Amino acid sequence: MSKNSVLKVALAGNPNSGKSSLFNQLTGLNQKVGNFPGVTVDKYTGQCRLPGGILVEITDLPGCYSLYPRSLDEQVVSNLLLNPEHPEYPDVVVIVADASNLKRNLFLFTQIHDLGVPVILALNMVDIAENKGISIKSAVLAKTLKVPVVNINGRTGSGLDLLKQQLADGVLPVSGVVTDVLLYAKKQIQFTRELLLCKSDYLAYLINQQLDVLNFIDPVKKAQIKSFLEKEGIDKEKWQSRETTDRYSFIHKLTTQCIEQNHTTGKDLTKSIDKIFTHKIFGYIIFAALLFMVFQAIFTWAIAPMDWIDLRFSQLSAFTAAQLPEGVLNNLLSEGILPGVAGVVIFIPQIAILFAFISILEETGYMARVVFLMDRILRPFGLNGRSVVPLVSGVACAIPAIMATRSIGNWRERLITIFVTPLMSCSARLPVYTILISLMIPDIYLWGILGIQGLTLLAMYALGLCMAILSAWIMSKLVHTGEKSIFIMELPTYKMPRWKNVGYTMYEKSSTFVIEAGKIILAISIILWVLASYGPGDKMHQAEEIVAEQLAIQNRPMDNFDAEVAAFRLENSYAGIFGKSIEPAIAPLGFDWKIGIALITSFAAREVFVGTMATIYSIESGDDDRGTIRSRMREDKDSETGKPRYTIPVSLSLLIFYAFALQCMSTIAVVYRETKGWKWPLIQLLYLTLLAYGSSLLVFQTLNSFY
Amino acid sequence: MLSRTAAELKPGENAIISGFNSDFIYLKLMEMGCLPGETIRLNFTAPLGDPISYDIAGYNLSLRKSEAACILLQS
Repeated sequence: MSKNSVLKVALAGNPNSGKSSLFNQLTGLNQKVGNFPGVTVDKYTGQCRLPGGILVEITDLPGCYSLYPRSLDEQVVSNLLLNPEHPEYPDVVVIVADASNLKRNLFLFTQIHDLGVPVILALNMVDIAENKGISIKSAVLAKTLKVPVVNINGRTGSGLDLLKQQLADGVLPVSGVVTDVLLYAKKQIQFTRELLLCKSDYLAYLINQQLDVLNFIDPVKKAQIKSFLEKEGIDKEKWQSRETTDRYSFIHKLTTQCIEQNHTTGKDLTKSIDKIFTHKIFGYIIFAALLFMVFQAIFTWAIAPMDWIDLRFSQLSAFTAAQLPEGVLNNLLSEGILPGVAGVVIFIPQIAILFAFISILEETGYMARVVFLMDRILRPFGLNGRSVVPLVSGVACAIPAIMATRSIGNWRERLITIFVTPLMSCSARLPVYTILISLMIPDIYLWGILGIQGLTLLAMYALGLCMAILSAWIMSKLVHTGEKSIFIMELPTYKMPRWKNVGYTMYEKSSTFVIEAGKIILAISIILWVLASYGPGDKMHQAEEIVAEQLAIQNRPMDNFDAEVAAFRLENSYAGIFGKSIEPAIAPLGFDWKIGIALITSFAAREVFVGTMATIYSIESGDDDRGTIRSRMREDKDSETGKPRYTIPVSLSLLIFYAFALQCMSTIAVVYRETKGWKWPLIQLLYLTLLAYGSSLLVFQTLNSFY
Repeated sequence: MLSRTAAELKPGENAIISGFNSDFIYLKLMEMGCLPGETIRLNFTAPLGDPISYDIAGYNLSLRKSEAACILLQS
């Protein structure tokens, strides 16, 4: 191998085999997340150098149990490994196997082995196996399988040099097969092998098995294979069942030769912990307590960095405004783009903290217990135990949450989870909730400790959750697919989290969020800026004169002149005109045109509400924005009745509207991407808008009749 | 007599798998190591009795009750 060529290596293995730890150890921060062509599953690639200077490009494949996929994640593996024409097709596959659970891990190994691609078997967690009394003779294993076997430790990194050396030395193609599939369907396999020039019988056999889900086969040849299979007879299930039995009987023989099981006196720690964590009562109490702790951490720990980001960005905006020559570009940058970017960046602390916790819960193996505890409870609502992770993540941000639904294999359950996740109150709603609650609810403490405002906030989160569950139930009655729901899930042993992996997850999720959400919010903030900065007629140009004139007539002081001009401009801009034009539609909810503008501007992203309100109520930016907006809003009077504008019915109606409405372009975009079409994002938008409108209408009209 | 299924095991009870009574899910169960002849042991159940956690092939597998009911046991 020449020094300049790049060796392509794929890491494959069961979930929980420590594959990602090995990947992180090999590549360090030298990794990037991309997409596999045509599918939305994240592709993790990274680079490392071998002894001798050869550059290796490593792809971390999604964890899977076999080459027969049962979820979107797993489909990626077969679409890559069954397609030697694929640009990412590996030169070598490193199969990571959990030594403490070798039998099941070897199953995937034998399948990949039989494809005919050069393989290395990396035995991970040998130390855990030894604690369980299992000792593995890897030399025997290597000799029988005729492939290189390397003992590694993904946590400490030991054995990595051996693995790298093995890759540098080169890996020969495998000779022979573990299971001869020709015995099951000789004619069918030979036909496909000749037609597609497959390099192994097993490859041709798997293409026959999965013809319908493989996306890379030429449609004409696909049809030829199909008609040949129909003619010659096709019994996929029988073949697969024979294959599975044959593979396991090979594995059984192999492991009796190379595994020694000694008796251990050590107690099974996982079993003892499970007695508490999956207890009928304590299990739920612990889960609730953990959730509470996580939220508490998200909201308290994130405050300082969020304030810091807020401050830096407003300084940057001010700096840009002062430094650049005055003009359109200056305004666009300092009033449109920078605040737009700030609106994204400000959520990084909360997202990073949330994903740190989620990653710890996953690393330790606790998340699988939550899925186990919640499956039966969520099932009647058309959800799956695996829906818990997206729903919990939705409290930070719906975008990564919706991406996390990919682990749900059943399309219907995944769709329902995607559909209801935006109802979980995300962190963008928090500033809106905070300001409206403080406007409406007195700052009183019950028994000295329980703040009523805090309780109301908690109630808003509960409301979101209840509506999500209710909506899931409605969806489950309307959406039917013939597909069966499968649960079958491994409960991994408890482990200490690997902090490096936690760090990588935090980094990776935050950057994905910034890139995904950033692109859209940037575009929308430019559009909104244009709408809010320009208007028909001369009013925009003559704003200063008109406002000065009005102030003179009303005999009001000039000390807030700039802000009054800004408010006047907004009122007469295209955004303001839109706000006024929708007033008849939102009046039944108790909203006036000012709220109308805020609703329009916050369609792109909810948190824009506070900024828009600040502009409308002509507040000059200061350190204590929210306090000032609050007092301005509180003082605002209805121009007809002279009573305060933000009565409890109005505030509550607005609060409910923000809780339910899908005011987030990034969510719409991510749903489009994940469901591969406009159908579901549009249905979701329509449903959530109607739900928000209807609920607000109900709340306002009911309360207002008493008020 | 109908044979017992894995869903009817008691906590801590062992049995040997004899076969399956479903034509859909058994392939997945087999891939995960639930093969005829293997010993299966019920570990514990979730609070509502469903899903159920089993020891099989040296690891901990959890199945819904309906999935476990597809696994037939030797009497």
